[in-house]
Amino acid sequence: MGQTITQKILAQHAGRDRVAPGDNIWVDVDTLMTHDVCGPPTIGIFQREFGEDANVWDPDKLVILPDHYIFTEDPHARRNIDILRDFAAKHQLKHYFDVGTARYKGVCHVALAEEGFNRPGTVLFGTDSHSCTSGAFGMFSTGVGNTDAALIMGTGKIWVKVPETMRFVFEGTLPPWLMAKDLILSVIGDIGFEGGTYRALEFDGEAVFDLSMEERMTLTNMAIEAGGKNGIIAADQKTVDYVEARTDMPYELVTSDADARYIFEKVYDVSTMEPVVAKPHRPDNKASVSEVAGTKLDRAYIGSCTGGKFEDFLAASRILEGNRVQVDTFVVPASTEVSKQLREQTLGGKTLWQVFVDAGCKMGHASCGACLGGPVDTFGRTHGTEVVISTTNRNFPGRMGSKQSAVYLASPLTVAASALHGEITDPRTVLV
Amino acid sequence: MLGDSIDTDQIIPAAHLVYSMTEPEERRMYGRYACSGVPNDQAGLPEGGMPLTDPEAWTSDFRIVIAGSNFGCGSSREHAPFALQEAGIEAVVATSYARIFYRNAVDGGFLVPFESRERLIDQIRTGDDVVIDVPAGTLTHVSSGEVFLLNPLGDVADILRAGNVFEYARQAGFIS
Repeated sequence: MGQTITQKILAQHAGRDRVAPGDNIWVDVDTLMTHDVCGPPTIGIFQREFGEDANVWDPDKLVILPDHYIFTEDPHARRNIDILRDFAAKHQLKHYFDVGTARYKGVCHVALAEEGFNRPGTVLFGTDSHSCTSGAFGMFSTGVGNTDAALIMGTGKIWVKVPETMRFVFEGTLPPWLMAKDLILSVIGDIGFEGGTYRALEFDGEAVFDLSMEERMTLTNMAIEAGGKNGIIAADQKTVDYVEARTDMPYELVTSDADARYIFEKVYDVSTMEPVVAKPHRPDNKASVSEVAGTKLDRAYIGSCTGGKFEDFLAASRILEGNRVQVDTFVVPASTEVSKQLREQTLGGKTLWQVFVDAGCKMGHASCGACLGGPVDTFGRTHGTEVVISTTNRNFPGRMGSKQSAVYLASPLTVAASALHGEITDPRTVLV
Repeated sequence: MLGDSIDTDQIIPAAHLVYSMTEPEERRMYGRYACSGVPNDQAGLPEGGMPLTDPEAWTSDFRIVIAGSNFGCGSSREHAPFALQEAGIEAVVATSYARIFYRNAVDGGFLVPFESRERLIDQIRTGDDVVIDVPAGTLTHVSSGEVFLLNPLGDVADILRAGNVFEYARQAGFIS
């Protein structure tokens, strides 16, 4: 019997020809990523277990990307950056992207892609649940806590239970009013917020391979919202072109065998799908936009690893160009690279940045921003009963700051259309 | 007693993720704010209005959390099981767990995550006494005398018994 791409990559990193779902194996890790919230405690555990002056297993494989609580006066948050900086200096870490310098990148998952750390066939662990994003590059990537990350930091290895795989096939041609966000919200709504627990979510089909790398990242990014262990899309020429433009490091193209066994398979025809939202207060609380159209909003938010990449803003700008938003609309680029592209690329003779400014949007610095609330002075954080529509990934109570606030998750097209009218709006009604 | 899909933002809201996890004066903040993200009417079922830790206290009066499905879903923050431990919680009994929370609880040795075979949150009230017999794999509701079955701990029992994943890895010879 054949193996899935996930099984093959894990087997290869455990020194075996094959592994079966349920096997507990120790794997060699190619890349360990951490950020400002989980990095300091991870470092604390690493030093406790391996010694104050212990060396990390391989400094070239450790990537530290502060991104969560950056633009804040909170002294504890700022202390975390100092801890990272000291550790990076002590261990002469090449891949530390320091705050307040030209090297600062913004959201870790987007930076991992931009800086060439995502390579097909590799294994990446990150101290962040959205580490599954990197699976869009045909690699095994998942989130872990501080203790596991400290174990990797000292040994380069970690135990993994091989997951079953659920396969989602998207056929047809994606209409202009749909984005990858609509596809993944539909999957999560269909299988439920624990429908993917302990499982790999593998995405396949012509519509998936028609997607750009950024759109593929949106798909795998939200695998965790269904409880998925990892999200994965096999690498193709688009992946190779993206990766080779950013790194010379080796990679390996891996695909699932034709006779691989899946615990679940579902086929979607994207040409018949509708824009959707996740209603408060769960990411699997799916509804079509037409069902909730007209819901009054207080705020729109465009940003995060899920919906703050360049193409997310390109989509939103097509709707906002030449118009004014009717509610407070926060625009937070995921990375400094995205910010730069917004200031360089144009639409209708204006930079995208100017399109958003002229539409009345509030512009933020590249970071995770208010996706997870954060310190009280975070740009875009909710404080009261705000009803928000957002391109982010979670809407549990209090997620964006206030327990009394309500968050609808949607695609950048839907969020932009809704910002225009001050109520949830189907992008089909505004797209020309 | 808590409900379903208690996510990590409810277990420890993001604004609190900045305190030191080692320095005593700061780490006790995690105990104070454990489960402070749970909306008040859902804190301490069936009636609500009973937060895990009183706003003025550093630890909880409770020792065991019983919840519904998908406990610990959301973020990978290890601060979540850590906060419960700091609050004095020794065990969680839920019908199902999100995998990163479960793994963090075990590998960090913060608390024991038991799985109940039945939905207990409709049958037990916050403040009731329960007894967990680990070898027998049962939870007894003292006031009613009812005995509920828990799933065996399985593969993670070795890690829990060793204390945490480092102790386990050393004992098993995976690291020196």
